[in-house]
Amino acid sequence: MAEMIEVQGLSKTFETDEGRVEALQDITLSIEAGDIYGIIGMSGAGKSTLVRCLNFLERPTAGTVRVGGKDLGAMSEAQLRMIRREISMIFQHFNLLMQKNVIDNICFPLVIGGMKKKDAKKRAQELLEIVELSEKATAYPSQLSGGQKQRVAIARALAANPKILLCDEATSALDPRTTQSILQLLKEINRNYGITIVIITHEMSVVREVCSHVAIIGEGRLVEQGRVSDIFAHPKTAEAKELILKGSGTERRTLEDRQRELMKGKSCIRIVFSVNSSFEPVIANMILRFGQPINILRADTRNVEGIARGEMILSLPDDPGVQEEMKAYLTERGLAVEEVNGYVD
Amino acid sequence: MWTSDLTLMMLEGVRDTLLMTLLSTFFGYLLGLPWGIVLAVTDKTGIRPNAVIYKALDVLANILRSIPFLILLILVMPLTRAIVGKTTGSIATIVPLTIAAAPFIGRMIESSIKEVDHGVVEAAQSMGAGTFTIIWKVLLVEARTSILVGVTIAIGTILGYSAMAGVVGGGGLGDIALRYGYYRYKALIMIVSVVLLVILVQIFQTFGMRMAVKLDKRK
Repeated sequence: MAEMIEVQGLSKTFETDEGRVEALQDITLSIEAGDIYGIIGMSGAGKSTLVRCLNFLERPTAGTVRVGGKDLGAMSEAQLRMIRREISMIFQHFNLLMQKNVIDNICFPLVIGGMKKKDAKKRAQELLEIVELSEKATAYPSQLSGGQKQRVAIARALAANPKILLCDEATSALDPRTTQSILQLLKEINRNYGITIVIITHEMSVVREVCSHVAIIGEGRLVEQGRVSDIFAHPKTAEAKELILKGSGTERRTLEDRQRELMKGKSCIRIVFSVNSSFEPVIANMILRFGQPINILRADTRNVEGIARGEMILSLPDDPGVQEEMKAYLTERGLAVEEVNGYVD
Repeated sequence: MWTSDLTLMMLEGVRDTLLMTLLSTFFGYLLGLPWGIVLAVTDKTGIRPNAVIYKALDVLANILRSIPFLILLILVMPLTRAIVGKTTGSIATIVPLTIAAAPFIGRMIESSIKEVDHGVVEAAQSMGAGTFTIIWKVLLVEARTSILVGVTIAIGTILGYSAMAGVVGGGGLGDIALRYGYYRYKALIMIVSVVLLVILVQIFQTFGMRMAVKLDKRK
């Protein structure tokens, strides 16, 4: 596949009153046509600056950005304005014209592109159907929900038939369910129109949901990039690991559901390790001693009043006698033991 | 006693005051609107930062705004004579009123435009909109309500200034209040003039604010 966006050695330095801030340093990445490419990083990592360098809303201090093989750095202001019509953008806070209704908002890029008002309106109606908001044509943005506003923004972004859609934290102001529907819409747009999509986010779940490739940005540098499946399975850097751990919210929920099922009809106990009890391999010794398998349903550490405590939920063998002996064994070794019937968080 | 001549005089006073106020507001915006736009656009947070142009307009606005209106009235008399041919009467007063109003209006326009969410401007830029498109189709549209509130304030202020011009024979209700009420101790005429001024300000204020609210789609 052809490269749609090529970034070579890109750096961006801001001169502020407090001195120089190196927002981005030596970023090199390439995004293939038709790809959904995620750029993820903690807030302040420089990802918003990076996405603004892709359409030259921010001019890089060093390095090149090529879009469709054309070097943006070599373009005049007028040429840049023309190519920006091929690179649409949506934002965290939607950035709709609050004093214009939905239809006029969608017409905006068409009208500034020189289309006749009548034709623009017709095209806007078509776009409203794509984003499933036809009935809101004459509503004003203040009358819409966050998800609806982002749909209008997407329709507006698609109006001029762009080749690329840049999404700057486009789902960060939305609730999880709305985020899902917006991500599905982006997927459809990518599939149906072949538009290359670049998604800037701080949420790993967003990347995992829709992206095929991802670049991880940390403190202005590109720390890792590749296929989402590879990075998710084998994160090499600390930044990648941290983001994956933070973003494991949905995984965990399904795991918890599974745990609940496993615990049904089983005798389960919850044990808590204090500081002293972590020296001896208690569980391993217990299994050796009784010669019976136990199932670890959950293991976790949590901070209780500033002290790290280990917590485990064990499913014990069915024999009630063995169960009692095991509980006694654990209690003897200074562990807090309690029976759990339902799932305890 | 109140005579029909006095009624006629008051009506003429109202007419002159309205004429001065509205024409001065119109000319004030003719100068102040571009002034404010250029201030907002060339400021360092604007879409076309230009320190030299910004500073020049900034300093000029400050100078004109710090000259007391009565002094300005007298200072611009040569200019008034050159444009209108005389320095008294309500038409002549339009010249100093416009000069006093323009920088004040410019400042209000500047502040209205700066209230516009930068994100919307950035969205327009990302669509390839140029500076003029952004000014006409984004900044002025989004700042519409704030600008209209500004017009209401401007009319009230200019109306007050127009009454002050009565001191140098500026015409209108202020002139009448001063000549009859102050120099000739006709308290009744003064009170009636002042009440009429209050009513005029009230009408403009109410009407202007209603317009502003009606045109605001942010609700």
